[in-house]
Amino acid sequence: MIRSILGVLPEAGQIINLCAAIMLLLGFSMLAQRRILTLINLFLLQGIVLFVSILTVALSTGQNHLLWSAIITLALKVVALPWILHRLIRRLSVKWDVETLLNIPATMLVGIMLVIVAFNVATPISELSGTVLRSTIGIALACVLLSFLMMITRSKAVPQVIAFLAMENGLFFAATSATYGMPMVVELGIALDVMIGMVIFGVFFFQIRQQFDSLDIRQMERAREE
Amino acid sequence: MIEFGLVLGIPFLAALLLAVCGHSRRAPEINALCSLLTLAGAALLTVRVIGQGPLVLFEDHFFVDPLNVFLIALTALVGFTTALFSRPYMRVEQEYGRVSPNRMRLYHSMFQMFMCTMLVALSTNNLGILWVAMEAATLTTVLLVALYRTPASLEAAWKYFILCGVGIAQALFGTILIYFAAERVLGSEGGALLWTQLDAVKSDLEPTVLSLAFVFLFVGYGTKTGLVPLHNWLPDAHAEGPTPISAVLSGLLLNVALYAIIRCKVLVDGALENSFASNLMMAFGLLTVVVPAFYLSRQKDIKRLFGYSSIEHMGLITFAFGMGGPVANMAGLLHMTVHSLTKSAIFFAVGHAAQMAHTQVIDDIKGLLKVSPTVGWGLMLGALAILGMPPFGVFTSEFLILTTAIKHYPWATPVLLAALGVAFAAIFGKVQAMVFGRPVIKPLPYDPAPFPVFLHLGLVLMLGLWVPPYLAEWYRQAAKFIG
Repeated sequence: MIRSILGVLPEAGQIINLCAAIMLLLGFSMLAQRRILTLINLFLLQGIVLFVSILTVALSTGQNHLLWSAIITLALKVVALPWILHRLIRRLSVKWDVETLLNIPATMLVGIMLVIVAFNVATPISELSGTVLRSTIGIALACVLLSFLMMITRSKAVPQVIAFLAMENGLFFAATSATYGMPMVVELGIALDVMIGMVIFGVFFFQIRQQFDSLDIRQMERAREE
Repeated sequence: MIEFGLVLGIPFLAALLLAVCGHSRRAPEINALCSLLTLAGAALLTVRVIGQGPLVLFEDHFFVDPLNVFLIALTALVGFTTALFSRPYMRVEQEYGRVSPNRMRLYHSMFQMFMCTMLVALSTNNLGILWVAMEAATLTTVLLVALYRTPASLEAAWKYFILCGVGIAQALFGTILIYFAAERVLGSEGGALLWTQLDAVKSDLEPTVLSLAFVFLFVGYGTKTGLVPLHNWLPDAHAEGPTPISAVLSGLLLNVALYAIIRCKVLVDGALENSFASNLMMAFGLLTVVVPAFYLSRQKDIKRLFGYSSIEHMGLITFAFGMGGPVANMAGLLHMTVHSLTKSAIFFAVGHAAQMAHTQVIDDIKGLLKVSPTVGWGLMLGALAILGMPPFGVFTSEFLILTTAIKHYPWATPVLLAALGVAFAAIFGKVQAMVFGRPVIKPLPYDPAPFPVFLHLGLVLMLGLWVPPYLAEWYRQAAKFIG
């Protein structure tokens, strides 16, 4: 499996490792980012890194279905979703919103703990998976957990959704690095679900703001308690 | 083949049709008719599978065996009766001005789409498609929970969306891990996500990876089943959506999520040859029975009350499947059936009761029996049935679960009994006050539909007194399947 990668594209292993490192870095920077606009751009960068890594695996192993998967990633995660998000924040005029109630040092510390946990959990799998892609599974799981943390710590609706989408990115990264991607029909289905989910989120943003005059989830919880 | 096409095709086409004409005056009838056709298809499919054995279709992507055909038939039946109930219910809602014609269109179309996604999830052979269908079911119900667009319903829908979205992402990671383990045995071409193929080679799958995969799958689908501690979305989603949706959420969606866990458990048990999956299910099942019991008495909203009761019953079923063995599995399957029928019947009655009182607050609903005997008796009998009174079917299945627990895990029995006792005290007291007493409510502009409520309760009563031989055989086959 690994030999075939090195045979066709000598630097493939290196490129994927680099991508994995950047993914993790982006995961942390999203966790620490207060501005919504920058958050969307970071999400876009994550999409590009994911695209490059899938493309690298596809070219070096000659698996055609991965090429399609790379194209779906490009279309959905690099073009469509960031575009929709940009449009949404413009129309909701929350473009310059800043999340103030966020203890960044503490969140980062918890994030580091999560990475350690992720690597420990992934050890038995990586041992089965050969040498070059070994660390990437741990990193993919770490990205998933970091997005999870981001979802918990954020109180505004848009960052929560970006965290949700970033989690999906981490899962796709896991699928590519551990198994050369899922079967085509499944990937298409997942992409469709994400797309529909995004549209529903978009509708929800407007409804929530109309009802609560804000996109802050804490406002909604307060409304329930009263 | 044709039967199967009917089962999946009709809800899908009906969803498209109702997306166009779902606001017309006859839309509730169209909705009910389509659900009836789906039920007919499911009945034919059941007859066929019982007669000719498991069925594999569409290049192995779909398959029907004794385990899922039973759930397909149940889903189609409850879908049909819910469509019948929703006919007068949604008319009244329209009369009260709570839903606009556009929302009616959304409601009818999404109802059928929801049925379609659940039937796909039940009949697919591909674990990846199972995930996709579960996620699609979440998306359709999110729209339905938020149908009224009130602040509380938006909050409930958002919570449901985020919590189930996170949960189901964990399930996707679990699915990836299973694929990873299977690919090493089956190769990437051989359909490494197809359940039938995985089942054939399950003893060769890598145990460490599979146990890790099961943890993720269990957390993921467990969130959708409403297992504690990830149950927070469930009472809110049940309380804020329209009542027909509460009925199908509680009666069907939870079953489908549980079905996904059971399918994965069969694979993991085969690979691990220890009781890791069983112990995990028993522990969380027990926790899920105990915790909601103590929330029940604090509830003020009638639909939230029965939402918590659904969590409790899901815990009981998870516990039963965790114990394993032919008797416990059969009890689990029987409890799935009777819970699904009883809980949806209760929601049918509760829905009309809340409409008469113009509120869901328990203290403000009184004297149901005087104003509408059908709704009053429906609620009273339904509550007695769900609380495990003989001679209803819930008693039979709970009795089987408890006796198996006494035999194999005696320490769990007092815990279960105490939780069931607390639940009885909480629910019975509240329901009694609603049914009897001086009426403060007015009758409805449309007659409530008595047929769905009493059909369900009648079936539950029958299952408590006498299980038809072919049905018993069917349960036995399915229970053997789970192992």
